[in-house]
Amino acid sequence: MNMIEVENINFYYGDFHALKNISMEIEHHSVVAFIGPSGCGKSTLLRLFNRMNDLIPNIRLEGKICIDGQDIYKKGMAVDSLRKNVGMVFQRPNPFPKTIFENVAYGLRVNGVRNEKFIAQRVEESLRDAALWSEVKDKLKKSAFELSGGQQQRLCIARALAVQPTVLLMDEPASALDPISTSKIEELIHELKPHYTIVIVTHNMQQAARVSDKTAFFYLGEMVEFSDTKKMFLNPEKVQTQNYITGRFG
Amino acid sequence: MDDTIQYELKKNLTQKVAFGAVTLFSVAIVGILVVILSFIIIKGVGVINWEFLSTAPTDGMTKGGIFPAIVGTFYLILGSALFAFPVGIMSGIYMNEYAPKGFVLRFIRTMTNNLSGIPSIVFGLFGMAFFVKQLNFGTSIVAGSLTLGLLCLPLIIRTTEEALKAIPDSYREGSRALGATKLQTLFRVILPMGMPNIVTGLILSVGRVSGETAPILFTCAAFFLPQLPTGIFDQVMALPYHLYVIATSGGDLEAQRPIAYGTALVLIILVLLINLLATVVRRYFAKKLK
Repeated sequence: MNMIEVENINFYYGDFHALKNISMEIEHHSVVAFIGPSGCGKSTLLRLFNRMNDLIPNIRLEGKICIDGQDIYKKGMAVDSLRKNVGMVFQRPNPFPKTIFENVAYGLRVNGVRNEKFIAQRVEESLRDAALWSEVKDKLKKSAFELSGGQQQRLCIARALAVQPTVLLMDEPASALDPISTSKIEELIHELKPHYTIVIVTHNMQQAARVSDKTAFFYLGEMVEFSDTKKMFLNPEKVQTQNYITGRFG
Repeated sequence: MDDTIQYELKKNLTQKVAFGAVTLFSVAIVGILVVILSFIIIKGVGVINWEFLSTAPTDGMTKGGIFPAIVGTFYLILGSALFAFPVGIMSGIYMNEYAPKGFVLRFIRTMTNNLSGIPSIVFGLFGMAFFVKQLNFGTSIVAGSLTLGLLCLPLIIRTTEEALKAIPDSYREGSRALGATKLQTLFRVILPMGMPNIVTGLILSVGRVSGETAPILFTCAAFFLPQLPTGIFDQVMALPYHLYVIATSGGDLEAQRPIAYGTALVLIILVLLINLLATVVRRYFAKKLK
């Protein structure tokens, strides 16, 4: 079975029809990139996967989204535990004004973990997995705000990994970072791939080409094309896709 | 060519006049404060000593100190804080974090603003009618504290709401995305971040409370009490009301005058200390967040 299955969804912000008739399947332990011009709905779809859009008033969803075989919009769905299972990294690094350690421990604590030994162990593992451990191991008690932007973003990834999600959503995770930090995030995505299913929204076509197995191209709320990244960038089926990835619009 | 030069000159002149005016008014404000402060200090500093601060008035309030009034003011600050802090903070939280944006929220906000526009003597009248008579608290610390609490509620609600509004949603999203509930997010991320501004609002409201006379006039203030209150249903003396009393009534206004300045100085120092505390606490919390 696929990790994420989207069945014929339509999504509205008030009267605005933001996503139109979208169906897609995302396999276990694959990296899928969402590309498309601003306002095309790619971030909206991403935020449907962990029900982040629930926080916005006046929204309406038709259709069905299953993650790990579970209809995540069914009645009585435990949204908080869904979000534990589907981690998210945001466009701008948003560490909490706490220590580096407490930032990573946060997800465990709010989910009721009390065992300090286990928490310390998970914090170290998560920081190692986010390729940040060697840089911060001597200053875990320091404020997260003392880190650079790129380090903060990797801290946010570590924070998401700490609660052991199966899916990791990344909403333009490198768009606020410099090129070196960006390449570190991309390397990290490669290293995480064997263990997580990753969906990444990006404006950067080269980035999509570098990190993803499959790419979906969105335009005006529709999914124009969804195929293997290699095929998409070498030999797209649709003219629109071709125009976008060659930079003729967007 | 000449035209441009003239235009430049005119521009420079306007610039200088504007800058001069702005500077002048700022200096004037500071000047007024300095004049008021030095007036009170010069007139009042002579009577302030340990005895003045630690004894009760004697000889028809022409001698002795203001100890009961200082204690009374602290009781009123404490009482109003116990009531207004939780109510105000929770209202502020409700308005920014829970209330759906729309009519209800606008209505509450308008009402809060109106509440802060009500003259303090009207609060005093309401306090007397409601707390003193209707609820039968009598002229007491409870009635006075509740009235003062009502008076400073809008300030607390407003500063709490503004403090929370200033926190970007990305922190709320970051927390919710990790599976935290709304309440966990509030207590673990949002409130700690808003604390410097919330606490500043609280302390400023205490400053406001400590200086108000009208709300306590009919609700708790005693003209003269030889002993300290023994319970929350007793009357108290309070600094601002005591100042009013010894400046306007009593046997010998001339003899009372130095005591009035001394009382005014103590009151001003108290309020300044509270404002200073606000700054210190703000810095402390801001540093903790870094």
